[in-house]
Amino acid sequence: MMDDLNDLYQQVILDHSRSPRNFRALPDANRTAQGHNPLCGDNVTLYLRCEGDVIREITFQGSGCAISKASASILTECLQGRTKQEVEALFERVRAMLTTGQAGGDDLGKLSIFAGVHKFPARVKCAILSWHAVLAALEGKSDPVSTEEGGA
Amino acid sequence: MNLHQTQTPPSAPSSASPSAPPPVDWEALRADFPILDRQVNGRPLVYLDNAATSQKPLAVIEAIERYYRSDNANVHRGFHELSNRATAAYEGARARVARFLNARGPDEIIWTRGTTESINLVANAWGAANLRPGDSILLTEMEHHSNLVPWQLAARRAGARLVYLPVTGDDGLLDLRRLDALLVPPVKLFAFTHVSNTLGTVNPVSALCAHARERGIVTVVDAAQSAGHLPVDVQAIGCDFLAFSGHKICGPTGIGALCGRRELLDQMPPWQGGGDMISSVDFFESQWDAVPHKFEAGTPNIAGAIGMAAAIDYIEAIGRDHIFAHDQELAAYAVTGLREIPGLRLFGPPEHRAGVVSFLLDDIHAHDVVTVADRFGVALRGGHHCNQPLMRKLGIVSTARASFYFYNTAAEVDRLIEVLLEIRKFFGGA
Ligand SMILES: Cc1ncc(COP(=O)(O)O)c(C=O)c1O
Repeated sequence: MMDDLNDLYQQVILDHSRSPRNFRALPDANRTAQGHNPLCGDNVTLYLRCEGDVIREITFQGSGCAISKASASILTECLQGRTKQEVEALFERVRAMLTTGQAGGDDLGKLSIFAGVHKFPARVKCAILSWHAVLAALEGKSDPVSTEEGGA
Repeated sequence: MNLHQTQTPPSAPSSASPSAPPPVDWEALRADFPILDRQVNGRPLVYLDNAATSQKPLAVIEAIERYYRSDNANVHRGFHELSNRATAAYEGARARVARFLNARGPDEIIWTRGTTESINLVANAWGAANLRPGDSILLTEMEHHSNLVPWQLAARRAGARLVYLPVTGDDGLLDLRRLDALLVPPVKLFAFTHVSNTLGTVNPVSALCAHARERGIVTVVDAAQSAGHLPVDVQAIGCDFLAFSGHKICGPTGIGALCGRRELLDQMPPWQGGGDMISSVDFFESQWDAVPHKFEAGTPNIAGAIGMAAAIDYIEAIGRDHIFAHDQELAAYAVTGLREIPGLRLFGPPEHRAGVVSFLLDDIHAHDVVTVADRFGVALRGGHHCNQPLMRKLGIVSTARASFYFYNTAAEVDRLIEVLLEIRKFFGGA
């Protein structure tokens, strides 16, 4: 029982939730998107400065549970310098990992610490919220995305 | 009438009679609830999410099973034995609800899917007949979304406006000093909850209804959190409409009732059309059946009504005054324990609290608290509890909530406190 909990709330996750990285607005962002989880009231805003399809800088702000905050924080660390296609491919693998526990293919690096989430189906949405927001920002969508529309 | 000093419901029993022996063997009642014996995540279940839904005693489970096994048929339309039996049971259940609420008669009881549908019925049918552009509807800041969104829709349809009686703050009381100023034309209707599902506040419903009635304003009481927990008597309360759900009073889901004053119900148009609600139908026009059938289109939830009547029998055998005293004792005991946890922010009134306790633990998000508590077998709820505007007013997004019923015990409250201390440690609190 405590094993599941320790898998979910890994030290790295707790650390990122307490002191999130890249936790600020980005004044020269050229893409932003908001994510909202109406069930928890979690809110996240992602700020991206892109050159063409490449993310040069990415930051976030918002409030939420430990999982959603850590997910956003680690995501900003991992997506710096990535292209839209790379982010989309990574998202598919992260989503598979969050729902099945299996990452598939190469190591997902730091992102693999979220594998424990799959044992807590109610929390998958928390981990995936900021991913939806990044994808919306890269698509140039300005409407807030919600975990309650479309598949998470 | 002095509104300002009465947050105590007139019906609150005095739980302070130390000499009298406990009238109910609460522990023994647990045996009536098979689910309370189960384990969750390898730990004994401690079910503290009763404000969301209550557990069901065998008497209810068996009443529903008995109906399906031996009496199932459609109601009001057959002339065969089973249809007669089903109709008698279904209408008998309506009469049971009427007695439960001390309604003036069974025809003041309309079956619905629950509190939400009951309120939507009033908002639609009463609203259609009575709301005009420029009218206002008075609500309070502690309303559940189901006593808020239907009024937003009704107001939009009619060109009416919503007005709110404020909540004072973390102590979760209605700001009754504002009532006189707000309960004035063009307010046509005042809808409010009896017991807050987030704060545990028990509102002075009879006083609120009396004030509204003096001014000719129609009242709607949301009794979702009170009907199964404390004596609810619509004539003593003096309301025009009262709504509640079966599933929160030990009954099944998908059934509830609206109790309405006959004069008002008679004037309201139907809100759904179909079979079972007409007296005659032509290709272009129809005549409505009388109240309450006018508001009950289609085959109803017969098994649900029968299960709800069984639930009412069950809780009335215990006595809602006893249940309320027990709820209040557990809540007070929980509050004492919670107050000793460093960094805990407590919501709700300091006294006269129903069995609902909301809190935040340090800066740990309510969902994290609930996830970890669940692994210890303790079922709590975390979130906005369908009270988003209230959350915003209090400057928070969610709370963790423990809510009690008569089968909960002081030992379970002890377990709750223990687990919360574990959770603090887990997330690195001191
Ligand atoms: C105060 C209050 N009102 C209304 C409701 C809605 O009840 P139901 O979902 O059974 O229609 C609830 C249930 O959560 C409640 O707590």
